[in-house]
Amino acid sequence: MSKLNQHNPSMFHGTWALTKRELKKWLKEPIILLMAILQPVIWMGLFGKAMNIGNMFSAGNINLPPVIPIQGNFIIPPQSSGVNINGTALSQMFASFGPTLMKNIFGVSDYFSYMSVGMISFIVLFTTMFSGMSIVWDRRLGFLNKVLSTPVSRAAIIFSKVLNASFRAMFQATIILMLAVIFGLQVSSTFNPVYILAVYAAIFLLCLGLSSVFLALALRSTKWETQMAIVNLINLPLMFASNTFFPISQMPDWIQAIAQVNPISYLTDAIRRLTVMEFDASAVMFDFAFLSIFAVVFSIIGIMLSWRYLTK
Amino acid sequence: MSDDVIIAEGLTKVFNKHLTAVDHVNFSVKHGEIFGFLGPNGAGKTTTINMLITILKPTEGKASVLDFDIAKQSNEVRNVIGVVPQEYTADEDLTGWENVILCADLYGIPRNVANERASELLKLVELTDFKDKKVQTYSGGMRRRLELACGLVNRPKVLFLDEPTLGLDVQTRTATWEYIRKLKKEFGMTLFMTTHYLEEADALCDRIAIIDHGKIIVVGTPQDLKHSLGGDIITLSIKENADVSELIRSIDNVKEVKNEDGSYRIKAEYGEVTAPFVIEALRRKGYTVTKLSMTEPTLNEVYLEYTGKSMRDTEESREAFRAQRITMMRART
Repeated sequence: MSKLNQHNPSMFHGTWALTKRELKKWLKEPIILLMAILQPVIWMGLFGKAMNIGNMFSAGNINLPPVIPIQGNFIIPPQSSGVNINGTALSQMFASFGPTLMKNIFGVSDYFSYMSVGMISFIVLFTTMFSGMSIVWDRRLGFLNKVLSTPVSRAAIIFSKVLNASFRAMFQATIILMLAVIFGLQVSSTFNPVYILAVYAAIFLLCLGLSSVFLALALRSTKWETQMAIVNLINLPLMFASNTFFPISQMPDWIQAIAQVNPISYLTDAIRRLTVMEFDASAVMFDFAFLSIFAVVFSIIGIMLSWRYLTK
Repeated sequence: MSDDVIIAEGLTKVFNKHLTAVDHVNFSVKHGEIFGFLGPNGAGKTTTINMLITILKPTEGKASVLDFDIAKQSNEVRNVIGVVPQEYTADEDLTGWENVILCADLYGIPRNVANERASELLKLVELTDFKDKKVQTYSGGMRRRLELACGLVNRPKVLFLDEPTLGLDVQTRTATWEYIRKLKKEFGMTLFMTTHYLEEADALCDRIAIIDHGKIIVVGTPQDLKHSLGGDIITLSIKENADVSELIRSIDNVKEVKNEDGSYRIKAEYGEVTAPFVIEALRRKGYTVTKLSMTEPTLNEVYLEYTGKSMRDTEESREAFRAQRITMMRART
């Protein structure tokens, strides 16, 4: 009987076959790809350009009269007549605070550069969320059962979804980054093209962790509505309780507590430090350490659950 | 190795601790036969097949496929079986060719072998002309044939077919039976199938197990099952005006004779063999048979006899079935 097992699929072979299927499906639907890219582009336009936080501090917004008379006790030593201050000069001085404030709070001098990098985290979050949805569909359409009746490894089923989400997110991130550069993203003086590789590595790590989480949630579900509800419930809170749009340091303590453990913050921080902010090796290392632990822990949990729960 | 390809002993599946879908089922499938599970929707057919193809774990009992234990050696089982599921599982967005190759990849078949087999199988199910079209554009019958091709890509020793003609129209169904017979002949496989179509079980299966409420009620060849009802009905008339009931009753295999105004209703085993004897016996005594007709009992009568309800009756209450199915689906999640 030993002759029967002529071809036992390796883990790699099975994973690659299933990943290829997903990628083929994806490439055959350019509309979905277009939508997926359009969404963050619209957000970049709405938040990055419309909410022009850096511009709030420009000279035009600080309308002081040319001469500001100051009376009484403000002046030391006291003079009964008071003094006059050059308002024009003062407002120009205030205006120069703008970039300084931006630099101190956001780490970059323009808000667009700050948030367009955050859009990469946005795309990673949304792409991985839908990887959970696809396993629900595979179950409903019977494809999953068919795959389960073949000798392909159960881990390969999950891992192919993870890989697919990662490839898609990386591809979309590339387009987002290119568009951001066209629309005015300014890289920092310390930027080195080699850092792009590190950016991809960071994206891959977060994809690994996040899609494992969402796949684990969807493992036994047959209703895509449930999955949709979960996704709708947590996508925006997860997005806003991170540094994607706004620095964590300016948030109330309880949101800070969430943002500190939100893996999205670490991806955004890593990419920012690698591109638009001044490079800080130790901070980047810390981000990578966090992302790696997150990825390893959750992909192991995901694979363990797939062994346990794919066969009922 | 025994002659039995599939052996199930006390196979049981309980969902959510209270819904017993399959209840201590025992059966064996011989090498090279087509073995059918016949029963209404929700009888436990698909659950049984899902246990045998290792995607459900039995709650109790055990089963083996080609001497491999389905629970302990599931990977060995998966390697030697082919599965044609109830649903159309082919990926709609991919072409027929891509689907077969994907299946081959899942069995780890090397690319050159896979290409060879894919073109051979697609030719066999007559889909060569459509192999580069998306599955979306396929008709129900074409999809079913594609599923057959996918299920055969690893050259299985045992092929499992779950409701192979569900939802197909009569012509397509008959054509699909032809494909199944052809494939069986070509590859010399053992087939295990489920169906709730009586004609299908009758036309395709060598042996049938009637299953209801998770229990096997009777197993046998379609012929045996029909004969077990007491035989065929022969109706005849003679020219002469005499009562020949006693004469007919004395013939071998005749079970019952009723004289209904000169027309005799005879219940006989193996009617097609017995009828000539009846004619001969009457002729020898000088009677002339003017009319003779014979009806064989159908599986529907067999089904009625063993389950106490007609398959057609149960099939009519579609709504009840749908509700049952939804319940089962919920129970399984």
